[in-house]
Amino acid sequence: MNKLISLLAGIIFGIGLVVSEMINPEKVLSFLDVFGNWDPSLAFVMIGALIVSSPMFHLIKNNKKPLFTDSFNYSKNKDINNRLIIGSSLFGAGWGLGGLCPGPAISSIALLNINSITFVVAMFVGFYLVKFFKLSS
Amino acid sequence: MNIINFTPVAATIGGMIIGLAVVMFFLFNGRLIGISGIAANALSEKNNRFDNLLFLIGLVIGPILYTLFTNKEINITISNSLILLIIAGLLVGIGTRISGGCTSGHGISGLGRFSLRSIIATITFMIVGILTVLIKNYI
Repeated sequence: MNKLISLLAGIIFGIGLVVSEMINPEKVLSFLDVFGNWDPSLAFVMIGALIVSSPMFHLIKNNKKPLFTDSFNYSKNKDINNRLIIGSSLFGAGWGLGGLCPGPAISSIALLNINSITFVVAMFVGFYLVKFFKLSS
Repeated sequence: MNIINFTPVAATIGGMIIGLAVVMFFLFNGRLIGISGIAANALSEKNNRFDNLLFLIGLVIGPILYTLFTNKEINITISNSLILLIIAGLLVGIGTRISGGCTSGHGISGLGRFSLRSIIATITFMIVGILTVLIKNYI
């Protein structure tokens, strides 16, 4: 059953990216263009997601265990260090250049757009480089 | 500053759908969604590999199902410069793994559980993203 949930969660997440238009890099770049022609919509994507997920997270985490697996498994990392700031800065620069972050980039493979597929391949090379040089958080 | 193309209702509904996926994955499977982690681990970790792959497949199927059921075409506008996209992809891939999360992992899952680490990460990538667009567009 947990396999079905993994697939379904991916599908629902992907549909959310389409409905919110976060899948469109142009929309993301207008969101980041605060000092020019600003489209604040994507702030509402975050607000919508948090309204639903945050209260439920705080309720569910008190459960003894998840319904379909043996234990809760999420990062308890609290470190605030250079890596966090440097990594987030590199990510922000890449996000601002292309208008794509990992979720929308992978979802947009569905559109068979060669430009977004190029981005995804480069992103996976980036993942691999960090793994290879053992830099991951 | 001019406000353009503002679509708060669609954005909020889309966000709530994303929130639903996060809740479901946590309630049933006990994990918090972070796409950069799921994607990188699908590639290199044996642990949960099949779940991670299924999630990624779902992420790609989602837009296809949306088009089938609504009959609406999904239009995106993306840079035509492959060099720019390769640099952007590398930065996103490297940056998210060094900082341990992206827009979903830090920005939604981390913020939702009030993690200070994720709040700082989110503020950082937002500010650098805004500055990058500012530099790219106006300088």
